[in-house]
Amino acid sequence: MAEKKFNPLPGFGLTMGYTLFYLSALVLIPVAALFLKAFQLSWHDFWRLTTDPRALAAYKLTFGASLLAALVNAIFGTLLAWILVRYEFWGKRFIDALVDFPFALPTAVAGLTLCSLFAGNGWLGRFLVPLGINGAYTRLAVIIALTFVGLPFVVRTLQPVLENLEQEVEEAAATLGASRWRTFFSILAPTLFPTVVTGFALAFARAVGEYGSIVFVSGNRIYETEIAPYLIVIRLDQYDYHGATAIAAVLMLISFAILISINWLESWASHFER
Amino acid sequence: MSIELKNVSKKFGEVAAVNSVNFSVKEGELMALLGPSGGGKTTVLRMIAGLEVPTEGDIFIRGKRVNDISVRKRNIGFVFQNYALFKNMNVFKNIAFGLKIKKWKRADIEARVTELLKLLGLDGLERRYPHQLSGGQRQRVAIARALASKPGVLLLDEPFGAVDAKIRQELREWLVHLHKDLNVTTLFVTHDQEEAMEVSDRIVIFSKGNLEQIGAPREVYEQPVNEFVARFIGVMNVLEVEVRKGVGRVNELEFPAPTQPDGTRLRIGFRPYAVQVSPDLALYRYRAVLRRTYFLGIMLRLELELPSGLTLRSRITKEEYALLGLRDGMNLSLQIRTYRVLAREGGSLPPELQTAYEHPPTIAEHI
Repeated sequence: MAEKKFNPLPGFGLTMGYTLFYLSALVLIPVAALFLKAFQLSWHDFWRLTTDPRALAAYKLTFGASLLAALVNAIFGTLLAWILVRYEFWGKRFIDALVDFPFALPTAVAGLTLCSLFAGNGWLGRFLVPLGINGAYTRLAVIIALTFVGLPFVVRTLQPVLENLEQEVEEAAATLGASRWRTFFSILAPTLFPTVVTGFALAFARAVGEYGSIVFVSGNRIYETEIAPYLIVIRLDQYDYHGATAIAAVLMLISFAILISINWLESWASHFER
Repeated sequence: MSIELKNVSKKFGEVAAVNSVNFSVKEGELMALLGPSGGGKTTVLRMIAGLEVPTEGDIFIRGKRVNDISVRKRNIGFVFQNYALFKNMNVFKNIAFGLKIKKWKRADIEARVTELLKLLGLDGLERRYPHQLSGGQRQRVAIARALASKPGVLLLDEPFGAVDAKIRQELREWLVHLHKDLNVTTLFVTHDQEEAMEVSDRIVIFSKGNLEQIGAPREVYEQPVNEFVARFIGVMNVLEVEVRKGVGRVNELEFPAPTQPDGTRLRIGFRPYAVQVSPDLALYRYRAVLRRTYFLGIMLRLELELPSGLTLRSRITKEEYALLGLRDGMNLSLQIRTYRVLAREGGSLPPELQTAYEHPPTIAEHI
């Protein structure tokens, strides 16, 4: 007879059952319903609805801007987390609290704020627009807004890992003759990379789903600044439920594929921990 | 001299961690920095490595003043208490890291790493990552990494602190052998006096940032310069006595102190092995009850209570214990063969004294 493993959490059956129920009710059933609805279309219609130029432009913007925003967050979020963990300075607590702001702020408010800031007569737009940098009603505006909402993910994922880095490891590198740069690139960066990727994935996923702020900042011009989630809402407004679900299904499939690749990248990068 | 410290002090803000320390380590010597936690010994080690900058004083490595030479250029090997291995690199790359930085040729690196793997008994583990190694293996990788570029001195911070007792014992012996093979000047920090006594050629004893004594293990054990050293190295019974007519007294115990004026208060210390007991109540001068026996392996420690309530510790061998037929709760007679006055006279403590009430040696001395 197989030895029964002791598990401190009572009732594997119960907890697992609940987990499955929970996941099904919240995630699997709605997603399945979405796909069912989309597949009621004939293949030909599905193809036509999901590949019309307006939809293609929307996917491109959504995924392109989301990836770019996640990348910006990966770089500057890492920097921010580094500074928050490594240095003591006046106002550190305040800045630390500020990082969570995009989590809590209703995104519509964020959108409106960014919009008024970067518009031609806004505080920043006043100086930037004459320089040719237009941060409102453009694709740049979409990227800025997505960067804003994704910022906390990289910082908050990275912070605990940075805090757990042993100072001694860097000292060890120094006793072996390594410069600060060498230590950073040979030891710190590879150690932190998997976590940065995790933060990147979270920020990216958040950006793909973002709607509230973008409707305000992008101007929603067809082929130009219209994101896929907005297009879905337009279709729904037109009572074109099939069109909406078809686009949603494509959005989900692509997101899923990208997230899987990111996961793979992360597990490849953290090969030394297994 | 391989390492030399001259009037080295270190302050962290207002807190003095190290006070004007002077000592030197000879070429090829294996030396221990010993002291209780917070004694400043790790700070001394880190200053030698260049990881801390001394507030005052000069540090020399092989005759060269290194105060202004950065840690990267000092050519020292440093082994950290928690090993500080690079977890993103396998064993081979960890050991090769310093060599790559020093721009060794690939073939030379490979030869050197292979040599070290063999020397440290790590063959076959070169592709493993640190988390796949046991504590003892990690320790050896850390030592191999520190030794790779043939440093002039090897510095180890509590090298055996993080492994369990059994492996610690093995590693101690292994360090002695390694040091004998390589003959590299080695300085290690420990808070474990037994470890320092067992492993090192000489011991530097620190307490509260002050250097208390330097000497060979036997020297610091037999000729401690002050009460701190006497009590820190080995176990010691310490009593405070008051002198009356040339005899220091505390409760029923008397210690001759002919040179001391009346009313002087003295601190008296004696090692547990100096306390002899016998079930023959007529044999020795004092009476005591054996309260408890602690089995430490070949040696036993006895907790003895005198009629006045004073408690003394004695240490005897297993054979002696059996021959005397001792049991907890037994009434015994007791004597203190030798003792020491724990007050400085000149540079060191006065030599051990014999008690005047010497009785014939116990049976144990004939075994």
